[in-house]
Amino acid sequence: MSPEARRRALGRQARLWFSRLWPPLGFGALVLGGWEAGARWGGLDPMILPAPGEIIEQLRAGFGSGIYQAHLGVTLLQAMFGFVIAILAGVGVGALISASPLVERTLNPFLIAFEAMPKIAMAPLVIVWFGYGIWSKVVLAAAIAFFPVLVSTILGLRACDPGRLDVLHSLGASRAQVFRLVRLPSALPFIFSGINVAVVFVLLGSIVGEFIGARAGLGTLILAANENLETARVFSILGLLAALGMLLHFGVTALRHRLLFWAGPQGGPPTA
Amino acid sequence: MIAPDAPRAQPEGLHRPHDTSPLIAVRELSKVYPTAKGERVQALSRISLDIAQGEFVSLVGPSGCGKTTVLRILAGLIADYTGNVSVSGKALHGPSREVGVVFQDANLMPWRTALANVLLPAEVLGLNRQAARARAQELLAMVGLEGFERKLPGELSGGMRQRVAIARALIHDPAVLLLDEPFGALDAMTRDTMNVELAAIAARSKKTVFLITHSIAEAVFLSDRVLVMSSRPGRIVEVIPVQLPKPRGLDIIADPHFAATVLRIRRLLDGDAASGLPSIAH
Repeated sequence: MSPEARRRALGRQARLWFSRLWPPLGFGALVLGGWEAGARWGGLDPMILPAPGEIIEQLRAGFGSGIYQAHLGVTLLQAMFGFVIAILAGVGVGALISASPLVERTLNPFLIAFEAMPKIAMAPLVIVWFGYGIWSKVVLAAAIAFFPVLVSTILGLRACDPGRLDVLHSLGASRAQVFRLVRLPSALPFIFSGINVAVVFVLLGSIVGEFIGARAGLGTLILAANENLETARVFSILGLLAALGMLLHFGVTALRHRLLFWAGPQGGPPTA
Repeated sequence: MIAPDAPRAQPEGLHRPHDTSPLIAVRELSKVYPTAKGERVQALSRISLDIAQGEFVSLVGPSGCGKTTVLRILAGLIADYTGNVSVSGKALHGPSREVGVVFQDANLMPWRTALANVLLPAEVLGLNRQAARARAQELLAMVGLEGFERKLPGELSGGMRQRVAIARALIHDPAVLLLDEPFGALDAMTRDTMNVELAAIAARSKKTVFLITHSIAEAVFLSDRVLVMSSRPGRIVEVIPVQLPKPRGLDIIADPHFAATVLRIRRLLDGDAASGLPSIAH
C-alpha cells in the first residue's frame, strides 16, 4: 500500500469513528454541561443533584484516601466468587437435567418455584445464615446469577444439532464422550448468553447483600454516604459501579471471543 | 424415446454369487416405525443384499422409500430391526469400527480445525495419536485438502467440508464406507467434481463403498451395481449391474451404455411414463 493510499485509508477510518462517536459524545457533553450549569447557576439543590464537578472531586478524594479501592475490592471479590459458583452450578445442574429425564421431572417444579421467587427477598435470611462477612454476599450473588446460566445451559444442550450427534453415535461414543466432544461445545454460545446476564446479576446480589448487612463493600459506602446526606459521594460510587459493571461485561466478551472464536460475534451457533 | 441398445444385463438375483463371503450381508431386513397416532409404518420390507469386498454399490430410490433407514441400520444408528445384518461376517448390533459414515451434511464440529475434525473418530476410539495424526494428514492430502489442515469449517466451502467428512470417515481405516447422499447439498458443478474425486478415492483406498443417492446418473457413474428401491413398503425391486470399464471420466455420460442404464433405472422408478431423456442431475 502506498503512503498516499494508507493516509486515505486512515482518513476513512477516522471519519467512520467520528460518525459513530459524535452522537453519544455530543449527547453526554450536552447533559453534563446542562447539569453543571444548573447546579452552579440554576439553583439545583446539591443534596438532590450535586454538580458533576463535585462528583468527580469525590471520586478523586475516595481513591486518594484508598477507601474506594478497599471497598471496591471486597465487592468485586464477592461478585467474582458468586459468578464462578453460579457458572459451575448452572452448567452442572443443567447438564444433569438434560442428561436424565428423571432428574428433570424431579427438580423441575422446585426450580420453577425458586426461579419465580424474587431471590433478593432472601437477602436478610442469607445474612442470618452466613453472617456479615463476604460469604453471605457470595451466596446471594450466586443464587441470583444461577438461573440465567441454568436456563441457557439446558436450552443449549437441547439445541444440539442431531447430525453432529450421529457422527459420534456411529462411532459408538460413550455418553461422556458425546457430552465432552459435542454437546458442551455446541451449547457454549447459548451458555454465554446466560453468562452475560449472570455477570450483571452477581454485582446486583453483592450490593443488595451489602445493603442488608455487611462490614465492607461499595454497598456499605453508599448507605453511609446516604445517611450523611453526602449525595455527591453516592453519585461517585454509582459511577464507579457502572464502570465496574462495564468492565465485567467486557471481560465476558473477551472470554467469549477466546472460547467461541468459531462462532459469530453474537447470536446462535453457525452450522457446518 | 431412446431405446436401450446396450446388451441387456444378465438377470441377476439379489444375492450376487461370489467366491468369497460378502463383506456386507443383509437378509430379510424389515423395519417398522410407530407413528404418533399409534399406527405402524412399514419402512423396509424384507430387504436382502450382499456387497462384496471392494465393490461400489449404490442404492437409488424415491424420497421416503427408506434408503436412509438402510444406511442408518448399517451405521449402527438404528438397532431395532428384524432380519440379519452382518459386516465382515459379524452380526451387526450397533455401531461397528468396520464402518465409516459420510452424512448428507458434513456435520463437522465448527470449533475444530479440518485436521482436528478428521482426528475426532481416532479420539473417540482411542487410537494411537501419532499414527492417527500422520494418517489424517495423508487422508486430507488424498481428498485434495493439503494445506487446509488448520482451517476451521467456517472457512471452507461446502465441497471442501464434505471432503473433510470423507477423510474423517476413513481415519480409523474401516472396511466399508457408507455415504448418505453426500453431495446432495452441493451445486451441480461441484457435485460432478466431487463424484470424480469420490471414484478416485474409492479406487485408491480400495474401500468397499455403499452409496445412498436419489441421483440415477451419480449412481451409474460411480457404481459396479445399482440397487433400485421402491417405496411403501421399501423394498429392492431390481439390481442393475453397470458394465462400464473403470476408471470412468465425466465423458462417459456420452456413452450409449451409460444412457441406456440410466434410462432403465429411470423407467423402473417412474414406470413407463418416464421421459426418455436421462437427466444429469437426477
